[in-house]
Amino acid sequence: MSSPILKLIAQRIALGILLLLAISVLIFAGTQILPGDVAQAILGQSATPESLANLREQLGLNDPAYVRYFHWLGGVLTGDLGTAMSSGQDIATSIKGRLWNTLFLAFWAAIVAVPLAIILGLIAVRYRNGWVDKLISGLALASTSFPEFFIGYLLVYFFAVKWQIFPAISTVYDGMPFGERMQAIALPATALTLVVLAHMMRMTRAAILNVMQSAYVETAELKGLSAFSVIRKHAFPNAIAPIINVVMLNLAYLIVGVVVVEVIFVYPGMGQYLVDHVTKRDVPVVQAVGLIFAAVYISLNIIADIAAIVANPRLRHPK
Amino acid sequence: MADGKAKSTPLLDIRNLRIEATVYPPGEAPKNIVLVHDVSLTLEKGKVLGLIGESGAGKSTIGLSSMGYGRGGVRITGGEVILNGRDILKGGKEGFRKLRGREVCYVAQSAAAAFNPAHRLMDQVVEATLLHGTATRAEAEKRAVALFRKLSLPNPETIGERFPHQVSGGQLQRVMTAMALCSEPDLIVFDEPTTALDVTTQIDVLAAIKDAIRDTHVAALYITHDLAVVAQVSDEIMVLRHGRLVEWGGTRQIIKEPRQEYTNALVSVHEIEHQEQNPGATPFLSVKNVTAAYGGGQVKVLKNVSVDIYPGQTLAVVGESGSGKSTLARAITGLLPPEQGTVTFDGRPLANRLADRPKEDLRQLQMIYQMADVAMNPRQTVGTIIGRPLEFYFGMRGRERDKRVAELLDEIEMGKGFVDRYPAELSGGQKQRVCIARSLAAKPKLIICDEVTSALDPLVANGILKLLLNLQQHEKVAYLFITHDLATVKSIADSIAVMYRGEVVRYGSKSKVLTPPFDAYTDLLLSSVPEMEIGWLEKAIKGRRMASAGN
Repeated sequence: MSSPILKLIAQRIALGILLLLAISVLIFAGTQILPGDVAQAILGQSATPESLANLREQLGLNDPAYVRYFHWLGGVLTGDLGTAMSSGQDIATSIKGRLWNTLFLAFWAAIVAVPLAIILGLIAVRYRNGWVDKLISGLALASTSFPEFFIGYLLVYFFAVKWQIFPAISTVYDGMPFGERMQAIALPATALTLVVLAHMMRMTRAAILNVMQSAYVETAELKGLSAFSVIRKHAFPNAIAPIINVVMLNLAYLIVGVVVVEVIFVYPGMGQYLVDHVTKRDVPVVQAVGLIFAAVYISLNIIADIAAIVANPRLRHPK
Repeated sequence: MADGKAKSTPLLDIRNLRIEATVYPPGEAPKNIVLVHDVSLTLEKGKVLGLIGESGAGKSTIGLSSMGYGRGGVRITGGEVILNGRDILKGGKEGFRKLRGREVCYVAQSAAAAFNPAHRLMDQVVEATLLHGTATRAEAEKRAVALFRKLSLPNPETIGERFPHQVSGGQLQRVMTAMALCSEPDLIVFDEPTTALDVTTQIDVLAAIKDAIRDTHVAALYITHDLAVVAQVSDEIMVLRHGRLVEWGGTRQIIKEPRQEYTNALVSVHEIEHQEQNPGATPFLSVKNVTAAYGGGQVKVLKNVSVDIYPGQTLAVVGESGSGKSTLARAITGLLPPEQGTVTFDGRPLANRLADRPKEDLRQLQMIYQMADVAMNPRQTVGTIIGRPLEFYFGMRGRERDKRVAELLDEIEMGKGFVDRYPAELSGGQKQRVCIARSLAAKPKLIICDEVTSALDPLVANGILKLLLNLQQHEKVAYLFITHDLATVKSIADSIAVMYRGEVVRYGSKSKVLTPPFDAYTDLLLSSVPEMEIGWLEKAIKGRRMASAGN
């Protein structure tokens, strides 16, 4: 590793942190603009003006906005996400388990979806414009075109109701044995896989096809390499940067976009948690979840950027 | 190698080869076109056959057919390709894969593009050898290092650890030759291996290739459009045109006593007589002590350059790539504002930056580029392209404009029928003519021609040069002619500036610049231009006083 690379990586990370700070301002400002008064919301319509004033004082609602922002930010940085208004529970503690559940589900969906998408993309390139390619593209497109709730219900209907292989409701709890846990998430993970598969597959195919026009691919063919070796050894390494990018976007989606799937399968993840508290207008929870989602999104994109930098031999081995 | 048995059965015997492709013209039904019409050739072991012709002659297509390869949907539809005694066209895909990289290897025009940027050179050089299992990795690498040494690459032991972007173009071309030789093939197809290189680098690569062919006794098909180059390496030369054989004979016969008129035209190309004009009293454009740099002054590309251009005359700027020729044009046009120095036009200084120049100044300086096809909007017709400067500078509209467009088309020797054509429907030479008409439309005092003939076939390029000279006589326009090709310079220039690493090393009238005594660099440049003469290469290498910058 040489210094220009380290410098580029440091730049990306610094930019990411800056971006995250900007987003925290936006999230804070956004929730402040929303109509309604937190104190009123907590105490309800029947509260007396005195008790409202007391609670406002207690919650620091009378301070100017920037003081409240830094107070909130300071809390976030020290791991204190505040307390949920609706339940009075500490947000950090309730999020911890749910974030873990969401990551667990996303991890297994990704483990299946990413290699599958890339391999299907490679196969599609190998048999480009033939029936195999068209079949893969068609199926992948179909699975993306169906709304995820539809796929979810289809899976529930067949695998849970008709054949009764997997549970329809993905209940997980602390200390659940690994095997049972895997069985519980089988259906939501499958639904997620089907949702993100096509995008990654088609981008892999397009990125590699783009490289297939290069003179060095012809060189490889003229060495007598088989079609698949040409794609794997000579085309794929040069298409890696755009592929990583789209993979990371989809991984981010697996974490922050799972709301619908989690609701369908009643899976206790971040999405469920967010939806529950949006309906309750629980602003501190929405802020906390929003910030976490933003952090996940930004860090995955930083990873994609860094991977693209590291994958570039010109940057890795300067003249 | 060259025993009696080899003589009787040639290594490669192509019989009545027919190659077709399907084209898809917009709005019409797809149709078959024949690229190669029943061409036959034979090649003995250890011999070199030069395939020569203009683009579209089918030389690469024929060369690649010896590996059973058709570029971009090209199909071999007839004839036989007999290699080592068997018809490879009957072997199918598996058969092709077994012979590619083992019996026949390929050296591409641009090694810079033909090496995979993601892998180290050594891995790519030995790849075919390992794939076909003809040697172990250690043996193959040893062989590769020996070849690197033979091809006089610097640091032969360690150059294989480098990535393609870490090695210069001339070196890459030699590494590619080593890659082709590494699996010890019987035949190598060289496809314009030196065309993309500077003349001074070309001569080194050419000599390296020639030595390697001689020492390894490999046979070769050497494809090029440059007859002088192929005359240095070939035993025999085959002239092709439009996919048909024109003439096939020994190298000496082809270049000294061509039997066909077309061969004769190829041999005598570049013989334009241009009488040098004396510089007038005052230049209309003066570049004075201009220094320019990229990257905020980081990389100085022009150092204290001064040249003058006289009305209706041509200043040729010659030099290798990276010598600052095009940057000089950018500085004059204001695309790259100089850091120091001035450009005066008609006695007054021009604004440094393009944005600060009035429209009238923009009109006076026009440009023509190397790549005519990317210099035109593909969705505009020829009429729109040429009419645009008429509207922009003179406010011409309607019939008046159309009349002027027709006149201009006439001047570039293209008929009215081209008005409604799109660039894609024109040949390379026609595209460049349209670009010339577009620049003429502005009635400029100076046209900057940046390598305008480099991408064209010799005969077409010749036509363009003649056109430019004619136009100069009629329109009294001056040219700043940027080129790396000294033969072109001789036929068009009145004065010459030789550039080397951002500096003008020699400047004056054509006769003065081209008359000895020369400085070392001009000598290198002049002596590197291939001459149509057998044995020129050895003589030129012997007489060199300095090494070229590309190595």
